[in-house]
Amino acid sequence: MAFRNPFAARRPSVTTPDKSLLVENRKLVETIDRRKVLRGTFSLGALSLLAGCDISDRGAVQSVLKTVSDFNDGVQAALFNPNKLAPTFSPDLVVKPPRFNAYYEIDEVKPVDVSTWKLELSGLIKDKRPWTLDQIYALPEQEEIIRHICVEGWDYIGQWSGPNLKDFLTRIGADLSAKYIAFYGNDDYMESIDMASALHPQTILATKYAGEPITDPFGAPMRLRTAVKLGFKNPKWIRAIEVTNTYPLGFWEKQGFNWFAGL
Amino acid sequence: MTTVSSRTRRMHPLPIRIMHWTNALSMIIMIGSGWKIYNDEVIFGFLHFPQDIVLGIWAQHALQWHFFGMWILAFNGLFYLAYGIATGRFARLFFPIRPREVVAEMVAALTFRLKHADLTHYNAVQKVLYVGVIAIIIVQVVSGLAIWKPVQFSFLVSLFGGFQGARLAHFLGMAAIVGFMVVHVALALLVPRTILAMLTGGPAVPAEDPHPEGAPAPTTPH
Repeated sequence: MAFRNPFAARRPSVTTPDKSLLVENRKLVETIDRRKVLRGTFSLGALSLLAGCDISDRGAVQSVLKTVSDFNDGVQAALFNPNKLAPTFSPDLVVKPPRFNAYYEIDEVKPVDVSTWKLELSGLIKDKRPWTLDQIYALPEQEEIIRHICVEGWDYIGQWSGPNLKDFLTRIGADLSAKYIAFYGNDDYMESIDMASALHPQTILATKYAGEPITDPFGAPMRLRTAVKLGFKNPKWIRAIEVTNTYPLGFWEKQGFNWFAGL
Repeated sequence: MTTVSSRTRRMHPLPIRIMHWTNALSMIIMIGSGWKIYNDEVIFGFLHFPQDIVLGIWAQHALQWHFFGMWILAFNGLFYLAYGIATGRFARLFFPIRPREVVAEMVAALTFRLKHADLTHYNAVQKVLYVGVIAIIIVQVVSGLAIWKPVQFSFLVSLFGGFQGARLAHFLGMAAIVGFMVVHVALALLVPRTILAMLTGGPAVPAEDPHPEGAPAPTTPH
């Protein structure tokens, strides 16, 4: 699928050199790979220009489309009603297990050692002490059976439970008037959402699916579940949370996807 | 060319011509980018749109195009509806639609006997097609809103029997519009004067009499 194509080049190649060298220069290698991806996209664009006059990838066109996309962020924020609840469903509609989706395949999931896992906190938060999983499990749980909608067009109904995000942010003394909240995943995935959506009553830090702890391929031990955002705005394998006023972007937004992505 | 005096105006006034071609552009943007978005999660397993006919190299481009074209379509459509109602153009050109005429003219059209000598008057088949496609575009905007904001406009989603129902409706609406465009463009090519009229304004019609061919003019707007 074209959606995943730009990341095909990020997968480790079979003929890797000395592993330690690769680890040392990981950042550099990734940058080069990203450039290669970009160049690949442009030459693909050049090809399709010859074949079918696709103007999508021309700089000026992209900048106009980006401007409109940013404008749409504002429109969506204005349309967002913080009190409007998403529809909920009955337990017999719940799909088990949840559908796997990430920017890589299921066999590339990096396992998380939940016994040593800690949730790191940073940014505009008073109490930045990290949380253990047991401490998280001890918090009051909120369960919700909501629809997960992917930007690609598929959807499924899932049953999620875990601490309410607003309650958690209040407990750690987060600045609730800050603009953004960013989530960092164990899989190098990063996403950020607006504070209004973070404070929505149906936004939770899910640790369980269908009553059982979330298992490894589906984002153990904690993932964001918000009923008011598209799927890609729900990072999995969360290891850190940051509250900030600096626009933090997100994994797919860096590829040009719309940031607000509200439902 | 007929001279345009103060007592005549064009069949297609300038605002209509601008809105028509703007609409054509927005439809091409919406359909082409929609096909690319559809390709990432197809509704019908057998149907993928070839890369040569879609707008956007990958999902990100297609989504950006779709949500760019959306504004053109929405604003142009609102201006068009307001203009058509306010000027009485809809009432004059699209109504009344008489089922008997529709059937008779449909048969005539299918047997290539339908006359279209007078551009200033739409036959019943044209009326049905134009009113129909306007209605479908309106439904298309509604199903699009349901897919775009399924939580904020959750009542629209239930109107289509769920999220995938709204997606299917959005797809079928696209198919209907594409079908209309094929017929519309084919007929316009068969009667080239109609394309010219949509570019230059077409024949002059009396400014006062909305029924130039002598049909009884209504005394009140309907």
